[in-house]
Amino acid sequence: MTFDVLAMQAFTGLSIFTILMLMALGLAIVFGLMGVINMAHGELMAMGAYCSYGAARFFENFAPSMMDYYVFVGILLAFVVTSAFGFLLERGLIRFLYKRPLDTLLATWGLSLVLQQVYRQFISSKEVEVPTVSWLQGAWQPTDGIALPLSRIFIVVLAIVTAAAVYWLLFRTRWGLRIRAVTQNRAMAGAAGINTARVDAYTFALGCGLAGIAGSSFTMLASTGPTTGQHYIVDTFIVVVFGGVESLLGTISSAFIIGQMQSWFEFELSGSMARASILLLVIVVLFFRPNGLFATKVRR
Amino acid sequence: MLKVSGLNVYYGESHVIRDVAFDVAEGETVAIMGRNGMGKSTLLKSLIGMLPARSGEISLGGDLISGRPSFARVAAGMGFVPQGRMIFPYLTVEENILTGMENVVDKTVPAYVYDVFPVLAEMKTRRGGNLSGGQQQQLAIARALVSNPKVLILDEPTEGIQPSIIKDIAQALNRLKTDRGFSLVVSEQVLSFAVDVADRFLIIEKGEFVYEGPKETVDQARIHSYLTI
Ligand SMILES: Nc1ncnc2c1ncn2[C@@H]1O[C@H](COP(=O)(O)OP(=O)(O)O)[C@@H](O)[C@H]1O
Ligand SMILES: [Mg+2]
Repeated sequence: MTFDVLAMQAFTGLSIFTILMLMALGLAIVFGLMGVINMAHGELMAMGAYCSYGAARFFENFAPSMMDYYVFVGILLAFVVTSAFGFLLERGLIRFLYKRPLDTLLATWGLSLVLQQVYRQFISSKEVEVPTVSWLQGAWQPTDGIALPLSRIFIVVLAIVTAAAVYWLLFRTRWGLRIRAVTQNRAMAGAAGINTARVDAYTFALGCGLAGIAGSSFTMLASTGPTTGQHYIVDTFIVVVFGGVESLLGTISSAFIIGQMQSWFEFELSGSMARASILLLVIVVLFFRPNGLFATKVRR
Repeated sequence: MLKVSGLNVYYGESHVIRDVAFDVAEGETVAIMGRNGMGKSTLLKSLIGMLPARSGEISLGGDLISGRPSFARVAAGMGFVPQGRMIFPYLTVEENILTGMENVVDKTVPAYVYDVFPVLAEMKTRRGGNLSGGQQQQLAIARALVSNPKVLILDEPTEGIQPSIIKDIAQALNRLKTDRGFSLVVSEQVLSFAVDVADRFLIIEKGEFVYEGPKETVDQARIHSYLTI
């Protein structure tokens, strides 16, 4: 394998990583805070993708001159719509199911099926695609042999900016302090004066919004269909479990490792062998480190 | 300041707090004494709303707060330091204190906190989980103090803490009480500590108060007999 192929393969891994990371961050924050496993997280990603698609169609038809900028509108719309949906979902359903993890699992799984059917019925049963805007067409060629697609560079940058924003929110703002306190000890956070119900609703909304951004950037890699979310949810779960739910840096590193492995193994082996090998590795790691690869140690 | 009446708390079918009633005056310190398993923690947790009460009324400075969630009771002027301290292990010392400041406009740790507990200033950036038991106890008190409570509730603050530090904590509490003027409700098994801080003693047995007396006339031998049987 030449260096050029090596570099391009690593870069492919990097763009898989960005989608996984955005998905996994949302899932991990919500799971860490509320112990809720949101089976509909993948469908929220698809919702974000459809928002981008909707923005593209809107600009195509009504403002073709502005078409170059629809990407940003799409991202924003995806975040706003999915987080608003998440907020309503938490207030209307999830909060009644706390302390009943199995029921939550079933309810959100049911919701994922409903959402898939809604996409099929009201958007399209076929896969939809968005056009690549002119300034993201083509590739960056640092050397003659290496070509890195601009659209992939864009989503890597988008993911880095989003992750930095999440980091800032969690570790530099009062909202983040509330979220971390409730995550670590819900009853005590309440007794220290924090309105835990409100923290739950906003955090769930944030987690869903991150899935929306993931979906929006996903449209730049592939076409979106009603079952798009399903393909990503399993990998997302693996990332979260592998990294450990306690540290978001762990989630990010874990997404990086899984994204890279996926890209490399698929290059060397067949697709299903690649997945089997990844799963095997994850199982081995969890055997020795049951709390995930990156769990931190403090006295509890 | 604090009025509790007809309070009943259950775990499932087991009736743990039975028709408890007591008042705490402004600036007064009440010690609730009793052996393990007599219901001290259950009583105090139901005051702050960590456990639901099946019946009874709790009012704070005239506000009826029973039925409200914990955070609203804190907003009404209750501060809570639980048994075992329950520090947020992954938050720094400073962040732990800041969690108590939801209802304070200026969200910086007030100077008096580090004045009374200098060790917390030294450890500001350490994770709460890495502190010793005594340090964690001071941190938990600080976290409750910064919400400017009218009534501060402490559940067995001396449990698992070295005797020398227990003395320090008693001194710090007495100083804070005169400086900041809150009432104090403290549950204890250690009589010497309770005598250092309390104005009045209540003894709880199997979820009921069986003895009450002010510090001046207190029969220490009698309290002791309740604690040791
Ligand atoms: N979570 C619980 N579930 C059921 N019973 C409990 C629980 N916590 C405490 N108890 C019981 O309630 C009684 C009072 O306990 P507690 O309030 O912790 O006493 P104390 O704080 O005085 O040691 C004990 O008999 C104890 O076994
Ligand atoms: Mg107790």
